Amino acid sequence: MSIRSEVITQINRVASEQDKRLAPLSDSLALLDSGLDSLCLAIVVARLEDELGIDPFSTAEEAGPPVTLGEFIRLYEDAAK
Amino acid sequence: MPPSDRASLWNALSAANNLSGRFFAGAHGTVRLSGIFKGSCLGGRTEELSGRSVLIVTTDPLAAAMAAIELDGIARRLVLYPAELALEHVPYVMASVPTDAIVSDRSALGVEHPAVGPYVRCGASFVPGSFVRRAQQPTEWILLTSGTTGRPKMVVHTLASLTGAITADNTPASRVVWSTFYDIRRYGGLQIFLRAILTRASLVLTNTTEPTAQFLMRAGAYGVTHISGTPSHWRRALMSPYARKIQPQYVRLSGEIADQGILDHLRALYPGAKVAHAFASTEAGVALDVGDGLAGFPATLIDKRSGDVEMKVEGGSLRIRSPRTAARYIGPNAPEIADADGFVDTGDMLELRGGRYYFVGRRDGVINVGGQKVHPEEVEGVINRHPHVRMSLVRPRRNPLTGALVVADVVLENGADAANGRAAKLEDEILQLCRGVLPRYKVPASIHFVNELAVAATGKIVRRDA
Repeated sequence: MSIRSEVITQINRVASEQDKRLAPLSDSLALLDSGLDSLCLAIVVARLEDELGIDPFSTAEEAGPPVTLGEFIRLYEDAAK
Repeated sequence: MPPSDRASLWNALSAANNLSGRFFAGAHGTVRLSGIFKGSCLGGRTEELSGRSVLIVTTDPLAAAMAAIELDGIARRLVLYPAELALEHVPYVMASVPTDAIVSDRSALGVEHPAVGPYVRCGASFVPGSFVRRAQQPTEWILLTSGTTGRPKMVVHTLASLTGAITADNTPASRVVWSTFYDIRRYGGLQIFLRAILTRASLVLTNTTEPTAQFLMRAGAYGVTHISGTPSHWRRALMSPYARKIQPQYVRLSGEIADQGILDHLRALYPGAKVAHAFASTEAGVALDVGDGLAGFPATLIDKRSGDVEMKVEGGSLRIRSPRTAARYIGPNAPEIADADGFVDTGDMLELRGGRYYFVGRRDGVINVGGQKVHPEEVEGVINRHPHVRMSLVRPRRNPLTGALVVADVVLENGADAANGRAAKLEDEILQLCRGVLPRYKVPASIHFVNELAVAATGKIVRRDA
């Protein structure tokens, strides 16, 4: 599975577990407008660490946190390189 | 400001010679402070609440703020009910703290509670009228904080202990507008509310349902100059495209460990701002203010009296003695807050590295999820209700967004169940059980089935992360 699809899968899974309605996902969507609150996003990040074995937030401290879904996905893609 | 101006919030506002231009803004409306001389947010019923022990439980934090301003010095006691505490705890709070009046912006609390004297409606707007208010007594302020069982602990403060860290000589050279991500009914938020009143500033409040983007836009529109929140509040704000809508001069972090990453990100985003982090707890009060832009704090602050705060490290945890500590807990079987020497053990563990102390977690295993405390025992108690669970261990998992998440290790009655394909179903059942009774941040983000958990000679589960 590609990193992009893994990210989308986990976002959908956490949204359904947490009873959140997701906005239509696109790269330009701001994460905070996605329908996921910070607790949901925290869980997504933990699940992605389990699935992909990477936590780009702890390794890429220099960059600011991602604002859009596209930036979020790119953070994982770059970390996996 | 002479000390008498701090006899009550009302005294402080009366002594400020000019209230025009000062405002308190909430998510649903704005109150001009000059209105307090011409009206009442309690419908003019302040007199009825004189000398009473008043539970303030509102949906709108601004309504609670205005009620507190009118009642401080008038009521015998103010009990501040925080936004995120479920109303089902109201009867317990009222039984623990004798209460003889309720102030609320709801027509009814919607929960069975003991009969009280007056039930007074409040709101974030003034009923016109001329009402005499004179501070009659120092009011006790009761703050609710999380306890091991899920029931709140009640902590007694006075206006003097709450405002000890607020220096009076910083009469602002220019207009100051404070804001906070916190609920003002929690210690961290209450500090900002009181600071705004005593330092002649304005205040922008948010509530639990307001989206971050909307709050940041409002804060920007009001020209917020000073703003506080937990590191998790700030990490969320930094993920918003609207973080640039505010141009603060002063950014404050508290309530969680501030790591170097979040301090650096804030300094990069707000180059003109002073970024400071503070250590405070409901029981110990404000103890530390660190303004050098680095995580942790200089070891020289320990064992040295700075102002009226003394700090020491004993058994690895930070102990504080100061006039800002709470007076006591209130309620059945309430333990002492301070030891015989007057030191409060914060339970926050410190590690000394290169001349600085760093916070490394809690001795009692309390997990801090985005500034909200989770007692593992409470969550374990819920998990253990499942008929197939023998025992469980709830522990923190580090998280870059909320500092930590809650995860659980579970031993099943029949170990084979986990292996024979029933794991997913059992995990689901346990999570449903938790979601039914616990706030979301206390529900484990994941459950791991394990064959055994280490039990110490004392019969207690070994908490390795503690």
